[in-house]
Amino acid sequence: MDARTQEFLGYVQDGGQVEATDWLPDEYRQKLIKFIEMHANSELMGVLPEREWILKAPTLQRKLALTAKVQDEVGHAQLIYRVAEDLGKPRDEMFADLISGKAKFHNVFHYPTKTWGDVGVIAWLVDAAAIISQKALLKCSYAPYARIMKKICWEESFHILHGRDVILALMTGTDAQRELVQEALNRWWGPLMQFHGNPIPREEDPMFVWRIKSQGNEEARQQFLEGYVPQIWELGLTVPDPNLRRTDDGVWEYSEPDWAELKSVVTGHGPRSQDRLAFRARFLEQEQWVRDAIAA
Amino acid sequence: MIFEVFRQEKKGQAFAHAGSVEAPDAAFADAWAREQYGRRGESEALWLVPRTSIHAITEWADEFDLKYRRVDGYSIKSRLAEARERASAKSSGA
Amino acid sequence: MSGVGSTEPQGHAGLAGVSRTKAERAQQLLSLADDELILGWRDSEWTGIAPTLEEDVAFSSIAQNEIGHARALYELAAVELGTDADALAFDRAPDDYRCAPLVELHLLEWAHTIARRYLYEEADRVRIEALMRSDDTELAGLAAKIDREETYHRLHAELWAARLRDEPRFRSAVEELWPYALGVLEPELRPELARRVGLEVVPAQERGAHTPELAELWDEMTEVRRSIPGAQW
Repeated sequence: MDARTQEFLGYVQDGGQVEATDWLPDEYRQKLIKFIEMHANSELMGVLPEREWILKAPTLQRKLALTAKVQDEVGHAQLIYRVAEDLGKPRDEMFADLISGKAKFHNVFHYPTKTWGDVGVIAWLVDAAAIISQKALLKCSYAPYARIMKKICWEESFHILHGRDVILALMTGTDAQRELVQEALNRWWGPLMQFHGNPIPREEDPMFVWRIKSQGNEEARQQFLEGYVPQIWELGLTVPDPNLRRTDDGVWEYSEPDWAELKSVVTGHGPRSQDRLAFRARFLEQEQWVRDAIAA
Repeated sequence: MIFEVFRQEKKGQAFAHAGSVEAPDAAFADAWAREQYGRRGESEALWLVPRTSIHAITEWADEFDLKYRRVDGYSIKSRLAEARERASAKSSGA
Repeated sequence: MSGVGSTEPQGHAGLAGVSRTKAERAQQLLSLADDELILGWRDSEWTGIAPTLEEDVAFSSIAQNEIGHARALYELAAVELGTDADALAFDRAPDDYRCAPLVELHLLEWAHTIARRYLYEEADRVRIEALMRSDDTELAGLAAKIDREETYHRLHAELWAARLRDEPRFRSAVEELWPYALGVLEPELRPELARRVGLEVVPAQERGAHTPELAELWDEMTEVRRSIPGAQW
């Protein structure tokens, strides 16, 4: 590592932040763009499983709340893509890389949603897992990204309330409704446990080393378990992992997540990966004339 | 075109940079920034400025260390302590 | 200029001295509410797939506003009919909806979507202006509230209509949807709409008969709700 890069590394490890116009080491810039791009892609692809349920929402209030939630996610995609664009990668290129599979998006958005129970579980637990990761970006060494995280985290707080409300309505409803939640939880637990990534020590995680994020993968997963397993249990739901338990030291133990599944899914082999990308590609192509018309 | 968005959260507060939108012109930027930065009624006002109109200043020369221009350039505390001491010595009779 | 004086078109809402039955009032409220619900439902389908991310966010706000208007109108009707807004929105059979065919069409293509937004906003504006003059003070008050929120919808529709004015696919979409747009309004209000849009009055696609698309929409819209009738969600 050359001296200037070493100095930069020391600066960010001391809590220093940089702007779009500052000198950035190549390695930092590349890793940053890749990380931010994956985040933006995830917000954009995360819209697709949820928007089906906007159309099927069973009350006017739920329809409004779910539309607003998904709208926020599109808004987050806009904020995050803009940050990546200012780092030098054009939006069109990012969309092309997403469609071709060159760029990735988070595992949870490669899975199907089957019932209204999924709507609740996603807003309650999947969003919770995402918020933990997002909070770890609030002090990102790259300041433009840190700043948009503030708006993103504020908007996510509405999503948590919505998710909780959907789940509680189901859990205080009929037996069939409670069963919707348990069944959805059974399907989502595996992907949730994989979501924060394999437990690479944070000193070996470039995202932490460069202070892009302030927390390692396992730390995030522990935070999720600590916050949400008690909530799951207090509702009388069971977690489909017989080895899940909290030790006296406050550490959660659990069955080894399926890392092979995670790898396979994020490389585009998830149950819905290809058809969601195709859906996105279809509308990008179909509406290209609109972007051309307004640019003229 | 990129439009920078400055946001005033409450009346009387300063406008702070909140992000940017890509739009073909000011009319589209208006229509879009309104919703991206105001749909929850969270902004009192917005300023939209084409990025090309922003003139940034990020470098400064401070070679001669003119401390009097900064608050930390004055040693008020020690002199005040000394002045008070003198005043009390005088009033308690020399 | 919009008509003033004795030639001014008066909708049902403006017929002074003619008292409407509760049933007639409820039916009028349902027509208005159903238009806003179904159009809002159609517009919400663009969430996540609009031509640009910035437009996606803006368009979703419009869809939510429409659902909000529908809800307020259903709530008024619910009082007349002794039920609640969700029951009116979701629990009627497709044939019992009173929406205009314009809002039922599945138009998941931008030129048609904007053409519909533009025509609907023009028609709705004529209708709202009549409602704001109504003796029915409760409905007139709600119309005024809706009118204020529509300012953004009109700004948005006009922006796009101006931008796409010379696009052949937009112009042909407007022509195609014009008879449907006329069908949103009572006959006496149609000349005013025609004047504002700059097209001739033609035979309208009337309210009353539903397109097959409404039944498909209804199936999807009510799928979860029907899965456990009477449940709280």
